[in-house]
Amino acid sequence: MKVYFFHLMPYADLDLSQVDKHGGAWVTLPNTNFDSGKGRALYERYIGELELADQLGFDGVCVNEHHQTAYGLMPAPNLIAAGLARTTKQAKICVLGRALPLVNNPMMIAEEFAMLDHLSNGRLIAGFVRGIGTEYFSNSVNPTFSHERFQEAHDLILRAWTEPGPFSFRGKHYQFDYVNLWPRPVQTPRPPVWIPSQGSAETVLWAAAKERRYTYLQTFSPFPQALKAFRGYRDAALAEGYEAEPSQMGWAVPTYVAETDEQARRELAPHIEAFFNKFIKFPSLEMRLPPGYSSIASTKALMVAKFQARANATIDKLIEQGIIVCGSPKTVYERIAYCQREMGFGHLMAMLQIGSQPAEMTNRSMRLFADEVMPRLKAHDDADSRARVASVP
Amino acid sequence: MRQSEIDVLGARVRVLEVGEGAPLLWLHGPEGPRAEPLLTELAKGYRVIAPELPGFGRCPTPSWMMSVADVAYFCLDLVDALKLGRPFLAGHSIGGWVAADMAIKRPDLFPALALVAPMGAQASAPGVDIFAISPDEAIGAQFHDPALARDVIAARADEEIDIGLQNRTGLARLGWTPRFADLQLPRWLHRVRARTLVVWGEEDRIVPVDAHAVFAREIPGAKVALLPDCGHAVPVERGVEAAAIISSFLAGARA
Repeated sequence: MKVYFFHLMPYADLDLSQVDKHGGAWVTLPNTNFDSGKGRALYERYIGELELADQLGFDGVCVNEHHQTAYGLMPAPNLIAAGLARTTKQAKICVLGRALPLVNNPMMIAEEFAMLDHLSNGRLIAGFVRGIGTEYFSNSVNPTFSHERFQEAHDLILRAWTEPGPFSFRGKHYQFDYVNLWPRPVQTPRPPVWIPSQGSAETVLWAAAKERRYTYLQTFSPFPQALKAFRGYRDAALAEGYEAEPSQMGWAVPTYVAETDEQARRELAPHIEAFFNKFIKFPSLEMRLPPGYSSIASTKALMVAKFQARANATIDKLIEQGIIVCGSPKTVYERIAYCQREMGFGHLMAMLQIGSQPAEMTNRSMRLFADEVMPRLKAHDDADSRARVASVP
Repeated sequence: MRQSEIDVLGARVRVLEVGEGAPLLWLHGPEGPRAEPLLTELAKGYRVIAPELPGFGRCPTPSWMMSVADVAYFCLDLVDALKLGRPFLAGHSIGGWVAADMAIKRPDLFPALALVAPMGAQASAPGVDIFAISPDEAIGAQFHDPALARDVIAARADEEIDIGLQNRTGLARLGWTPRFADLQLPRWLHRVRARTLVVWGEEDRIVPVDAHAVFAREIPGAKVALLPDCGHAVPVERGVEAAAIISSFLAGARA
């Protein structure tokens, strides 16, 4: 198994009462709640944590993109990735991902990723996402074109990376008379493409298609939902006439390690509960699911099911549902090993800083994880998951 | 009310029809074609033809529908397909925006035009973002009188939840950014030759009433009727009164 450190870079100093006062931590939470001095210190600290992950031997460091929110301070994740490309030595640089439909010029994403591939000497993993619903409010992009723009921007970027230029690209949303990427990426034929999602069936099928075989990354999900997404991926692969490798599947999960289970729960509780109850709180369900972002059927289903369920998250419920992994090194190892056997993923993105979790806890948890959990996980080879998965009906 | 379906350019359009007399094409607002009591009142003097706009109601958003101009051309084709000749034209909200665009594109085709709280012109910012609130809250935001909004919400059938979601999708396709406006529209409103009436609720929180001045200024000879204590849902909130104003205006325009 390959093990990565995933950082969301939240505004950890957030006055949580402001979230309730303004209805959420996204788009409409006034930025007067952001203190520049604290923000600057957080960037310093978080980049240090990502660099530490490289030194501790994680296989990769991961950043992502969100806009106008205390949830994450990375509207431009490639800036962080560029810094990491120079200060880390061996870790993959994973941008999970850039939100393709939000830009009017996807060539900029092709260019920036190609540059990152050079700055990191071929360590880039390029994630493509649509952005979450709120992003269509904060970026003023029409959500009813989200799927079309994602698809078209993806096609353009892939062609720009792999086909000799100049050529012209004529799409419905994007038109270029000159596509001629300088620089071309380091990796041949192109950087690996990963697709993070919360389990949309369409996305799973699309990523698994035989001409793509993109690594699918499941984020923030109860155990049964993650299991369903990975099974969906493997089934889709079989339907396409091939068997999915574990390396085509990744699981992103908030993770915390302390000396004992009791200590881990006690220490993490306020921070993980702040994360799920405050940092992920949206001003409204409609801002999370704008018109056309998902099909009407899935919008309706999501409206009733998913998001209310987390309104009163507690650490015990989160552990029980399998949304997070928390405990002693032994507990954490056994839980992840169990999930790997059941789900069959080959990449683990451990989110070892979450919400308001302070520096000292993060540092201690990262080191315990790296010393006592990660070596055992890395020793797992693909057979550990594949054998078990093959026997699952 | 009579209901029929017609194929226009491969799209199946549901058309409500009510009343007898000179044809009046009614283009609906965000809540769909059943704009009551306005339509019933208008039907006392006119043959009201109320199609469901593409991307609304039971019609999934067509991939060709990129902007209001596409819907305007589609509705011009619909006028031909329904053999309406030179009908009166009226529309509410998003439908008013489409109607104004049709009257720009075919200044010769419509003897008179009634725009009821039309979208399309940018004035002061809306009081609410209806895409950021729930469907029920969005209905509430369209009324000045909260009791009327409660009645509408209470009377809603289950199957209308899907329709409501589709209507929001159609509306978003046409009006997400800039919100409910085409910055070029005022420039071309001078082409309108139809005799034009602009009706607006003074307490409109979706398309604030000061946008009426853009239509009044740019459309030659446009008349204005402002309704006090009325929100965006003019056809429901003040349907009887609005129908009387529109009917009497159209009767004058016919002469």
